[in-house]
Amino acid sequence: MAYWPQKPPLPETPEQLRARIPGWGVDLDPKDRPSVPQEVFDPGAYGARWEFPDRQPERYGPRERSIEHAFLPPVFGTSAPLHGVSGRIRRFAYDRFSEGRNAHWLLLIAADRVDTFEGLLASAARGRPDDPVTETGVLAEARSHPIASRAGRVDTHHQVLDPLVVGGPWVLAGAGVLAAAVAAGRALSRRG
Amino acid sequence: MRAMVYRGPYRIRTEEKDVPRIEHPNDAIVRVTLAAICGSDLHLYHGLMPDTRVGTTFGHEFIGVVDSVGPSVQSLKPGDRVMVPFNISCGSCFYCARGMLANCHNVNPNATAVGGIYGYSHTTGGYDGGQAEYVRVPFADVGPTVIPDWMHDEDAVLLTDATATGYFGAQLGDIRQGDVVVVFGAGPVGLVAAQSAWLMGAGRVIVVDHLDYRLEKARDFAHAETVNFAEHDDVVVHLKRITDHLGADVAIDCVGAEADGNFMQQVAGTKLKLQGGSPVALNWAIDAVRKGATISVMGAYGPVPSAVKFGDAMNKGLTLRMNQCPVKRQWPRLFEHVRNGHLRPRDMVTHRIPLEHIAEGYHIFSSKLDGCIKPLIVPSAA
Ligand SMILES: NC(=O)c1ccc[n+]([C@@H]2O[C@H](COP(=O)([O-])OP(=O)(O)OC[C@H]3O[C@@H](n4cnc5c(N)ncnc54)[C@H](O)[C@@H]3O)[C@@H](O)[C@H]2O)c1
Ligand SMILES: [Zn+2]
Ligand SMILES: [Zn+2]
Repeated sequence: MAYWPQKPPLPETPEQLRARIPGWGVDLDPKDRPSVPQEVFDPGAYGARWEFPDRQPERYGPRERSIEHAFLPPVFGTSAPLHGVSGRIRRFAYDRFSEGRNAHWLLLIAADRVDTFEGLLASAARGRPDDPVTETGVLAEARSHPIASRAGRVDTHHQVLDPLVVGGPWVLAGAGVLAAAVAAGRALSRRG
Repeated sequence: MRAMVYRGPYRIRTEEKDVPRIEHPNDAIVRVTLAAICGSDLHLYHGLMPDTRVGTTFGHEFIGVVDSVGPSVQSLKPGDRVMVPFNISCGSCFYCARGMLANCHNVNPNATAVGGIYGYSHTTGGYDGGQAEYVRVPFADVGPTVIPDWMHDEDAVLLTDATATGYFGAQLGDIRQGDVVVVFGAGPVGLVAAQSAWLMGAGRVIVVDHLDYRLEKARDFAHAETVNFAEHDDVVVHLKRITDHLGADVAIDCVGAEADGNFMQQVAGTKLKLQGGSPVALNWAIDAVRKGATISVMGAYGPVPSAVKFGDAMNKGLTLRMNQCPVKRQWPRLFEHVRNGHLRPRDMVTHRIPLEHIAEGYHIFSSKLDGCIKPLIVPSAA
């Protein structure tokens, strides 16, 4: 107990632990732990033969970057370049706010939601509409013991909210279409 | 090629995509033979990571065969069977030169706080990942390693993240002989952290989760004591009680942003995205350890602030240590542990899912159905 000087005794001795657990104590010496200490200066250790890497060409337009960087780092990912309205929001978030500002992240999260919506439209226009049933993988429920798997867990309370997160863009899209139809209807009736 | 593609929160599909090209002289293109879904992928899948773009491919745990290499690559050639760390590292920046391979400053334009990671949103550099038939691997001379002949493919793929991370998490705990170690989370990372705590001489290892099937794994596979937090009104008091009211010497958070156990935190953090995740497990760790203890955080959190109990951490004189795991640095020692049978990563694999059915794989792993601990993804051409 914490009220007295000695540590409480352990249930097992080192000999018992060594007998019960394969490899008990083999890394007892911190020298055998590869990440102790965290920083070990050894620039040749990981195969780089350069002081600074070659620069990757910017093939997909000007690459957005954090304004905390002094310059565009030499290597970067080329997946999903900025496009559409989400791209404009993202570009603004990168150009205007550092990583230290909540606005930077909240704009990026907002852009993610816009991107989901743009993705729905673009994919439908390409003749490959999103299918919430196959894309959410819920068909796997049938052979995954859906009821037994969920017994006694605490996350089932909020899992019921998941359909809202998934359905959100559809609901918003539906509301948008409805609002547009109402507005168009009004405009027509005013003209008539 | 076929690739997993993100469509929006909770929605993914397998699509036809262009085979990646060499963008930089030290790139390699790798044909993926085996990949995995990680607990970290769930943060993307649930739409929690800012700048996760529709059309991107996830996957930072994969092995494969080198298909082609850029002109400056010297250590690999087409046909080599390689395992690839989840970190992308240049090998030469301030951080790489000091062994901080998870914190490379030359590979992520989008953020300076985090390095480059395959298939992990634009916040970690905008690289496509390995849940696909082919993947671009930058710095082929730095990251990938040829898979040793004796190593099983399923061990190799689990060494690219989960196993290395659990092992690293135990190291950051600065475990000394006889320490009482509490591990939060009995996923692949927590299970390996528990096993690794024994390797470092722990005197007791206690694993906390609410999924009975995972706690069972923690008992037989990781030889740990277990606590099901759903069975306790106040798990902190229970942890105090079973540690003589002193508290553990070390805690390892292997849960991260999507921790359960507090409905409001969950809804604010993961449904409404109002904070960088729900730090329930981290706060339990802060309360449950003894004064002067060390907490190692392997669980991932988002870049917006989270409601962490820093006041208690300060008053208790705690040491908080954390990082993304520098995977390649763990490998020489970890290869020995796997070879000697001290660690058996592939025993955690519960599901092997064809790439074409990956949406169902994500659903099963995310909803923790069917006894799922670690799902592997098998590309069609593999
Ligand atoms: N630092 C790194 O380099 C690194 C690498 C890989 C994974 N991670 C992170 O590690 C974490 C675990 O990864 P995983 O693959 O094992 O994920 P996982 O989803 O399989 O496991 C998480 C476990 O935590 C349990 N859990 C939820 N709330 C809890 C609570 N309050 N207390 C205790 N347990 C709770 C869940 O039931 C689940 O079993 C994730 O956050 C992941 O992002 C970090
Ligand atoms: Zn991971
Ligand atoms: Zn670097």
